[in-house]
Amino acid sequence: MRLAGVARIVGLSLVAGSWTSAAEDIVAVLESSFIAKNQATMARLQQDAVQEVCSAPRGTPVEETVLSELRQQRLDAVVLPADGVFLGDWQRGAEVAGNGRGLQSSDDPTKPNGGNCYACHQLAPDEVAYGTLGPSLTGYGARGQSEPMLRYTWTKLWDTHAYNLCSHMPRFGAQGILSEQQLRDVMAYLLDPASPVNQTKQ
Amino acid sequence: MPRGYGVKTVFLWSVCLALSLGAARVPADGVFDQYRDLMGDDNPAVFVIDEGEELWFTAQGPKSATLEACDLGLGSGVTAGAYVRFPRYFADTNEVMDVEARLVHCMTTIQGRDLESVTAKPYSLRGDLGTEIEALVTWLAAESEGETIAPEQTHAAEREMYVLGEEIFFYRAGPHDFSCATCHEQSEMRIRLQSLPDLTSHAGAANAWGSWPAYRISQGLVRTMGWRMRDCFRQQRWPELQMGSTTSIALQTYMAVNAAGGVMSAPGLKR
Repeated sequence: MRLAGVARIVGLSLVAGSWTSAAEDIVAVLESSFIAKNQATMARLQQDAVQEVCSAPRGTPVEETVLSELRQQRLDAVVLPADGVFLGDWQRGAEVAGNGRGLQSSDDPTKPNGGNCYACHQLAPDEVAYGTLGPSLTGYGARGQSEPMLRYTWTKLWDTHAYNLCSHMPRFGAQGILSEQQLRDVMAYLLDPASPVNQTKQ
Repeated sequence: MPRGYGVKTVFLWSVCLALSLGAARVPADGVFDQYRDLMGDDNPAVFVIDEGEELWFTAQGPKSATLEACDLGLGSGVTAGAYVRFPRYFADTNEVMDVEARLVHCMTTIQGRDLESVTAKPYSLRGDLGTEIEALVTWLAAESEGETIAPEQTHAAEREMYVLGEEIFFYRAGPHDFSCATCHEQSEMRIRLQSLPDLTSHAGAANAWGSWPAYRISQGLVRTMGWRMRDCFRQQRWPELQMGSTTSIALQTYMAVNAAGGVMSAPGLKR
């Protein structure tokens, strides 16, 4: 019986009030259910620490100390741009924000990945095809370009879990989805006063 | 009288618009809504339904048999109302199966067909004219149209399948850390302009489960729930989900049980 033990495993999920996933057994089920396709390898079914902790079904309590330790680890691992230059070209950033391709089995791995920001966020006010899973970022640049603002925004893009563990947002820098230069360009798209994102007065 | 609107009216409309945007209301599906309105009760899937019915009664395979002896859970050859009871446990295979897995089982046992060739290409690629599985599933769903969604949950294996499905639903993996829940655990959200059902809720699950298989206007094809999930995983940057796999059946069980009590209105008409 291939499902033997599933109920048992889930029954163990609440050990001392913290979430313990049935990682090994789930992985075995997943490995029997998927096949590698192009760049989407079977290795992608394996979870890292963030993914494991953040897979607790809704309402499952997770210990606060586990969360804060992991959050600190993510914060410590953030890589700021080596040359201290945070801002690139907002026009190239606009392309990254609108491009939803990259890392799917159906995508050409020789082409640059997109950030697909518009899938979840409103950005430029004249773009109507935006998603609502994330907050609106229209007018984001009104917050200015102070050093803390640059670091905060970079960190958020690099690894959202450094601030908000288990956020739905991908870790664009930490997971190598976007390059350092692409991140600079997206930074400019968000923060440059000339960027369409910040043309909020009609 | 378009020029007759006063400043006050325009202002009110702006407020309405702002409110509706602010509340993240699910927007109209634009041209696809218009298409649906124009189509009325007509759905190009009717041709696929006919094809599925024909395939059910066509002798195939080394045993030159039709699928009339196939037991979908309500007895050999009973197709009316069978779809809404899936996924369900079958004693003859000692497995919980979805409708696709059960069809494959019948094709290999009753018709004596080769498993590999039957499962080689379950879902159409763009530009194809549809597969046998797609047609059969569409017809079987239509045979349950208007019925109440009521997946079996009496056998322990069926209940375990639900629990497994829930756990997989929230399992985050891949370079983007996506799970099913990333897009489908909140209501009234959308990706770009596409509305997303909350599959953890009864209303969202009933609407989704009850409207697949569906004719996809943008693809000119009928797609099954199995395909819908495979394509979700492609977008999740995961490897390729296999038809009839435990993951596929577990997630469908999770969805169908959450949808229980809803009405099967497939085949739907979707973007």
